[in-house]
Amino acid sequence: MMENKKTYTRRSFIQSSVLAGGGLMLSFSWFSEAKAVEKGLSSNLTGEWNQLNGYIQITTDNIVKIMCPNPEFGQNVMTSLPMIAAEELDVDWKDVKVEMASHDNVKFGNQFTGGSNSMRAYWKPLRNAGASARQMLIEAAAQAWNVPAAEITTKAGILSHSSGKVAKYGEMAAKAATIAVPKEVKLKSPKDFSIVRNSKKNTEGVKIVTGKPLFGMDYSMEGMQIAMVQHPPAFGMKLKSFDASAALKMPGIKDVFSIKIFEEGSDRGAFETRTFNELVAIVGKSTWEVMNARKVLKVDWEVAPERKEFMMVRGNKVEEITPSGLESTDLHFEKMREWAKKSPKVLRKDGDPEAAFKNAAVVIERTYNAPFLAHNCMEPINFFAHVETDKALFVGPLQAPNFAEATLAARFGLPTDKIEILMTRMGGGFGRRAYHHYMVEAGLISQKAKTPIKLIYSREDDMTYGIYRPMYTATYRAALDQNKNLIGFHVTGGGIPENPIHANRFPAGAVDNYLADGWEIPSNITIGAFRAPRSNFNAAAEQSFLDEVAEAMGKDPIQLRLDLLKKAKERPVGSNNDYDPGRYIGVLELLKEKSGWGRSENAGKKRGVAAYFCHASYAGHVVDMVLRDGQPYVEKVISAVDCGVVVNPDAATNMVQGAVVDGIGQSFYGALTHKNGVAEQNNFHNYRMIRANEAPQKIEVHFVQNDIDPTGLGEPPFPPVFGAVANALFQTTGQRYYNQPFVSDQGQPKS
Amino acid sequence: MAKYSLKINGKTQQVDVDPLTPILWVLRDHLNLQGTKYGCGIAQCGACTIHLNGMAVRSCQLPVSSIGRQEITTIEGLSENATHLVQEAWLEHDVAQCGYCQSGQIMTAVALLKNNPNPSDEDIEATISGNICRCGTYLRIKEAIKTAAKK
Repeated sequence: MMENKKTYTRRSFIQSSVLAGGGLMLSFSWFSEAKAVEKGLSSNLTGEWNQLNGYIQITTDNIVKIMCPNPEFGQNVMTSLPMIAAEELDVDWKDVKVEMASHDNVKFGNQFTGGSNSMRAYWKPLRNAGASARQMLIEAAAQAWNVPAAEITTKAGILSHSSGKVAKYGEMAAKAATIAVPKEVKLKSPKDFSIVRNSKKNTEGVKIVTGKPLFGMDYSMEGMQIAMVQHPPAFGMKLKSFDASAALKMPGIKDVFSIKIFEEGSDRGAFETRTFNELVAIVGKSTWEVMNARKVLKVDWEVAPERKEFMMVRGNKVEEITPSGLESTDLHFEKMREWAKKSPKVLRKDGDPEAAFKNAAVVIERTYNAPFLAHNCMEPINFFAHVETDKALFVGPLQAPNFAEATLAARFGLPTDKIEILMTRMGGGFGRRAYHHYMVEAGLISQKAKTPIKLIYSREDDMTYGIYRPMYTATYRAALDQNKNLIGFHVTGGGIPENPIHANRFPAGAVDNYLADGWEIPSNITIGAFRAPRSNFNAAAEQSFLDEVAEAMGKDPIQLRLDLLKKAKERPVGSNNDYDPGRYIGVLELLKEKSGWGRSENAGKKRGVAAYFCHASYAGHVVDMVLRDGQPYVEKVISAVDCGVVVNPDAATNMVQGAVVDGIGQSFYGALTHKNGVAEQNNFHNYRMIRANEAPQKIEVHFVQNDIDPTGLGEPPFPPVFGAVANALFQTTGQRYYNQPFVSDQGQPKS
Repeated sequence: MAKYSLKINGKTQQVDVDPLTPILWVLRDHLNLQGTKYGCGIAQCGACTIHLNGMAVRSCQLPVSSIGRQEITTIEGLSENATHLVQEAWLEHDVAQCGYCQSGQIMTAVALLKNNPNPSDEDIEATISGNICRCGTYLRIKEAIKTAAKK
């Protein structure tokens, strides 16, 4: 058993609930359930719920409800997070009901889904919640039976005492709810886990396969209208004027007006990315009618001037300038080549890299490029809003409710306790739904039309609105001495509008003379998070560069990485190295073993390997590629991942498999290009997505077994796919691939 | 506007809509059958797949006026509680990640197995390649279809 200091108490919890909820929370277990039922979001109320803490409620007839704090977008938190609380609570998983919590940062923290953070952020709070509730149930039984608490044991939701006394949790739940939350609780030792580390099926599986209305798109309310927005046809343009007369005559149309998402001159808050600030909104009875009316809307657009905004960056007010102009992809490439010649900002320097390159016997230099990528979540952007004078309700898919609430409170002038945010299941997110401009849009439309509305983006609206994975470039240089030792390493990265460099990641720390620098080109094309945006570019570039370095050094590519990591472990260069070389080595060793790397029976295979670290986890893949009808095809992938304790193994495997398929698809086909500010791809007929016949036949996933607290999993297996694919392409075609997307880049190496 | 009498999941339902309205939006906006999803609106992604007399079709491209007496089946019509063999196989393999595309995937799989009870790997791939899964669950979709075929 591990002692664990608690980070919250029932007392502070109730106090803060009162602060946030205006004193309505005293019997909130019943109250919040009744309120949810009223809205049709919850059902199957059996018995009376006794709330033991923010996350756990138990009925007298032994049903345990565990709240999932973080929004679900396919990473399976609605199963894996409750598993953690259930483990420490010591209940039978079949008695557990899971419910998505609404937004409440007092009870549930910031509820942020992104940055592979759900498991990392909630592992301890949920263990504490489960263990505290169990302790309170034990205490309740001790009082009822008049025996010492220490003599009571629990198993699968049953309390027992050596005297023969036995009770189900439910029988003690009402009493337990009156007991003070223990200040300290004992947590299970990982060897005693019986739920965690045992695969559990998706708690929403039945709802998904029967088509239940789980998603934002499916939400409806009596009297709700449908709304769509028309955004400028090109980045760098803005609304000039519009004529709604024809649209207003179309059947079912209620209103047409323009909205300003953020007030002019207002500071930019977190995740308030401003792509287009003024839109034309159409409100009507049904989706099809609104879509049709939008076609006859007459709108004039004009080129937008340069824009200046202030935003807070790590506590400092920073001015940000969005340039004027209509941008094109070919000019972007030209500009990147120009900027690469200027002197960049030094991000990290160890030793004397200039001397190392001057004295080198061999210098290898390669440049890598990647385009903007659109998220293309299967569920297009949408949100329900009902904004009234004194309160507002928002329902839909979003990743960052806490940040959204701050924006909404400021924009609508409402206190946060008058803004209710309900999080629906998301049809994908990948970072896109952290940017909540669409909630503000929905709210403004509801406010102006004086009706509840559901804002829906068409696929075209969704794909051409921006907030893309940035466009990146990087040039890598390696200096080898006469004996082919790596004596210097230099990476310079640039991007539109951010550079991709993680200066303190591998191979920083493993090379004596190291330099990382970068530069950035401002743009009016907006960018955002995208399943580890910088990492997925870097892993492609760095990991295929290391492949070439290994070749030049006459070393096996896995061995080169192991040698460098061994050095970083035993004699690290510099400080602030982000990664743990030991865990990195562990993943590579596991990958080597499971793939039979270098073994004679695999000699004929065209294989590529890559490993990468991000979001506190380590992942690597060996990709086996063939030519099928003259086209490269990834037939099989072997993956190794170290993400600490694997909470729900089958679901974790599913996520790694998905990351592999996604990575092959993005690196082969993904690209969003521009011509005079217009996105050249706007739907799936011209934005190629990977399909079933292009996915591998087999993806074998192996996890490093350890007791480290869980680290990230949504992002970490994704970036190394790009590098492993690039390296397998070289083995398969004899050609190095430097420019993504690889399949449309049939040209010659450019470096 | 025009009145239509539609046979959906064994029940006859009346709607009064523009004849060009795709059946997708009739189901979702007028009949409260939200299981059929909007993904692209141009028959490229398969999220809106339904059955018309047992054949898989893209409901986003099918005007309500073209339905006539043909029988529509949606995901809601397969079973109330996931007891259809294909739904069971989906649960057995825990296929879904975000889940948004899965109704369309399942409807495609059900139609495939109806016409071809023992599909080869190639048959399966060729059929489901019309349905995009952004989360990349294709391997499990294939496995689930094979499991359902065996039963």
